[in-house]
Amino acid sequence: MTLLIGSITIGLVLALLALGIFISFRIFDFPDITAEGSFTFGAAITASLIVTGVNPVVATVLAFAGGLVAGAATGFIHTRFKINPLLSGILVMTALYSVNLHVMGKSNVPLLSQKTLFTWFESFSVKISGEEAMANLIGWSVPARDLWTLFFCTVIIVIFSLLLLWFFRTNIGTAMRATGDNDQMIRALGVNTKGMIIFGVALSNGFIALSGSMLAQFQGFADVQMGIGMMVWGLASVIIGEALISEKSLGLVIAGAVIGAVLFRLLVAIALRWGMNPNDLKLITAIFVFIALVVPGLMKQTKKIKLSR
Amino acid sequence: MLEISNLYKTFNAGTTNEVNALQDVSLTIDDSSFVCVLGTNGSGKSTLLNAVAGTFILDSGSIFLNGNNITRWAENKRARLIGRVFQNPFSGTAAGMSIGENLALAAKRGRKRGLGWGLPASVVRELKERVKTLNMGLEDRLDTPIGKLSGGQRQALTLLMSSWLKPDLLLLDEHTAALDPKTASKVIELTEKIVTEGKLTTFMVTHSMQQAVNLGDRIIMMHQGKIRYDFRGEEKKRMKVPDLLSLFDELRRKDQIDIRVAELLEANYV
Repeated sequence: MTLLIGSITIGLVLALLALGIFISFRIFDFPDITAEGSFTFGAAITASLIVTGVNPVVATVLAFAGGLVAGAATGFIHTRFKINPLLSGILVMTALYSVNLHVMGKSNVPLLSQKTLFTWFESFSVKISGEEAMANLIGWSVPARDLWTLFFCTVIIVIFSLLLLWFFRTNIGTAMRATGDNDQMIRALGVNTKGMIIFGVALSNGFIALSGSMLAQFQGFADVQMGIGMMVWGLASVIIGEALISEKSLGLVIAGAVIGAVLFRLLVAIALRWGMNPNDLKLITAIFVFIALVVPGLMKQTKKIKLSR
Repeated sequence: MLEISNLYKTFNAGTTNEVNALQDVSLTIDDSSFVCVLGTNGSGKSTLLNAVAGTFILDSGSIFLNGNNITRWAENKRARLIGRVFQNPFSGTAAGMSIGENLALAAKRGRKRGLGWGLPASVVRELKERVKTLNMGLEDRLDTPIGKLSGGQRQALTLLMSSWLKPDLLLLDEHTAALDPKTASKVIELTEKIVTEGKLTTFMVTHSMQQAVNLGDRIIMMHQGKIRYDFRGEEKKRMKVPDLLSLFDELRRKDQIDIRVAELLEANYV
């Protein structure tokens, strides 16, 4: 049960990653691999700041800002110099690898004895329910602090999801969605589409860096390798969410991405529990996303074939 | 008033595909004038429209719209003054977004877009009223994604969107060419209504001589990157389709003569 709660908590943290990928990949159709660099960038900024005694909230907010800058760089390279989206992302991701090493000063920064957002959650739990308290969850006895951590993560994710939903319903957010949908149309209505793309990719990477920052605090270390495969991971979450929710309403799509992230993390935890070799994790994730991308097209084809008969 | 002076544009300059799309084009359009632009394929009529819309950079020349020198303005900046409808009915609307959202985007054409609610109740009421004037029953379907509508419905909505805030200039780029004849005539009817009611200065590129004869107060014929004929006032009113056809034939004959003379010269002297 503890394992389950831990998995859901990580899933919620990675839901921020899924929301970031949702912005770049679904709103803009921009396959933004900057994610792999900015995820680590967020973790690196937060970890190295916390180690020097900075307040964890400040360190987390600065991670978000770092992600914004990284994303803006990708957007700028793409729009200003007309470099294709994937290559723009690869350039920034590669550059970030060195930047991350500089930020951390080494390849791994442990946070075990440091104050992080999660130690705050735990100390809050100790204040409310006392040390070593156990809570009863549908017949299972689980540590109260794990439940509180889960609760706070849920609150954070709900707040960010609602913020994103609100933003996409504002004038500027509507214009951003239109930029991804039909840039010719929205230019003719007076929107600077290049600026919009830079802004959108920046926002996307802000969310992703935030996710990296929180994961580093949860697991107690930042590692220069932790971003590898994260774009596909986020994509898998988004795709699962879309499969669950056929409705195209914006609120449901955002909720779908969050639920997809949690479900995907649970699936992975179960598979690992069943004895899947952890080394195969990325391979299987990639195959999963490949199938999810191909199947809808194949289904359409078979439908067409049936119809033509 | 739109003042176009000495526009030049060559595409693919210096290659075998060089096209002199605009050659010293000058044109003044008065306020509330409705100009129809005719021309053969490759005559430069759409290029001229796009030059005004700002989709490419001119080689030389200048464009003034109501006293603003817009020659160096980016396309999105010109949108403050200009409303546009495209040839492709799918180009003027965002398919994945609802009818209401598309219209709300147009209601802010060229204006600052902030963090205000994109589709407030007061705007929805206005949207409903104005969509009702289309008589398409769309006013009760504002939440429907616009991609589910037919090309004609989408083109009608694009027209409404382009003129939502009164534009200083309305650009129509063969906006009925991709529609079936019945829908096309409906869209033309709507165009005439919107332009007349709003007294809009309009620049319409068309392939249909019938439309040019029926609509507007001025006909311009382009050929090979130049304005060849310009009819207005009584002269425009007297124009009929056969007159325009014979003018086209004349232009083509002149071309053929040019080519044959060139061939003759080549055969004898080169």
